[in-house]
Amino acid sequence: MADLGVVLEPLIPALRRYAYALLHDHAAADDLVQDTLERALSRWSSRRADGELRAWLFAILRNRHIDAYRQARRRGTEVEIDEVDHRETATRQEAAIEARDVLAALEQLPEEQKSLLLLIGVEDFSYEETARVLGVPIGTVMSRLSRARQRLRSIVEHGPAALLRRVK
Amino acid sequence: MTGEDVPIGEDELQAFVDERLDGPRRDAVEAHLARHPELRERIAAERRQRASLRAQLQGKAAEPIPARLRIATLQAARRARLARRMSLIAAAVAIFVVGGSAGWFANGLRPALVAQAPTTAVAQGAAAAYRTFVVEVAHPVEVGVAQETHLLQWLSKRLGHKLVAPDLAPFGYRLMGGRLLPGGSGAAAQLMYEDTAGKRLTLYVRAADGTETAFRFQQDGDAATFAWIDQGFGFAVTAMASREELLPIAEAVYKGLTPKG
Repeated sequence: MADLGVVLEPLIPALRRYAYALLHDHAAADDLVQDTLERALSRWSSRRADGELRAWLFAILRNRHIDAYRQARRRGTEVEIDEVDHRETATRQEAAIEARDVLAALEQLPEEQKSLLLLIGVEDFSYEETARVLGVPIGTVMSRLSRARQRLRSIVEHGPAALLRRVK
Repeated sequence: MTGEDVPIGEDELQAFVDERLDGPRRDAVEAHLARHPELRERIAAERRQRASLRAQLQGKAAEPIPARLRIATLQAARRARLARRMSLIAAAVAIFVVGGSAGWFANGLRPALVAQAPTTAVAQGAAAAYRTFVVEVAHPVEVGVAQETHLLQWLSKRLGHKLVAPDLAPFGYRLMGGRLLPGGSGAAAQLMYEDTAGKRLTLYVRAADGTETAFRFQQDGDAATFAWIDQGFGFAVTAMASREELLPIAEAVYKGLTPKG
């Protein structure tokens, strides 16, 4: 147990970055990373020895994130529809002014598309590793990655409302 | 070769965006894009956005790890949690062991510590008699220990059972005397003992159904009772004592009253 820090800590900066990109909130991101690491420590002995440590940790983080999101939805703490409208308007204006703010555009994507773009594009995960984190076949990763990039490009170039119109 | 328009798949375009193609394939994709300006523009935008996302998130990964996310911190907190849980488990085990060993001890003298209905009646009679006479200062007993032989003959005759007064001196109790009481459908005898501090203990005997049953423990306020039934008679030992203190006395009484062989 003593050298766990040596094994785990080099991966913490990337976990914090992924968590922050998912949540857009520094404190909430660190809560999620802490939760992830606590879970990893408690499950360390049941970890598959041949499994890739990085993919294992990122999968824990992503699953905790999805669980928390579902719980928040059940409790009804999800933002009101009015607030969503405001936020989308603000984001569209923002996107118009600063078309290059890809991070703001990323926030408009569903979680799986966010994760695809972050794991492959930012964390340099292989397609295979990504497939393991997302729990989907590798072929699915390839096709969904293409779609996620198209959607991100649409938001950056036209704003989320334009995308919604076009999808209709 | 590079002049040929090699078919390029979407997965290869994505690998190109991610800079994961090596030499010949990358060249092929670039040649393809050169001939398709619209696609080239799209792929260029995707590459820019990828680079932009990386750049915007670069600072986050460069931050030092906060103390609360240090593995040593998390392990210490985890150990503290486990220690708290272990101490709770240990406490629960200790209670179980005390209960368990008492039961095992009782097993050693044959009757086990389980509930039995006729024994309950004996225990309740004994406890009631104890409450009534143990507080008695002037006349705690009907016949004093000076007339022990007479006392035991008398009680034995009335009871229809040869009664002996067990020697409880090893436990610090000496016989004070005894009395006759109503008990169930007949008579009951109560022998009273006292220690040097004035703490009193009674042995209660009366006719009861059954032969040999389990030891029954009963607590009434401060008074603790062990009761059992042996060969048509119910016996009970009652004292202001804990279950653990009383159990060895009950064992001695059981052996003293029922000399085997």
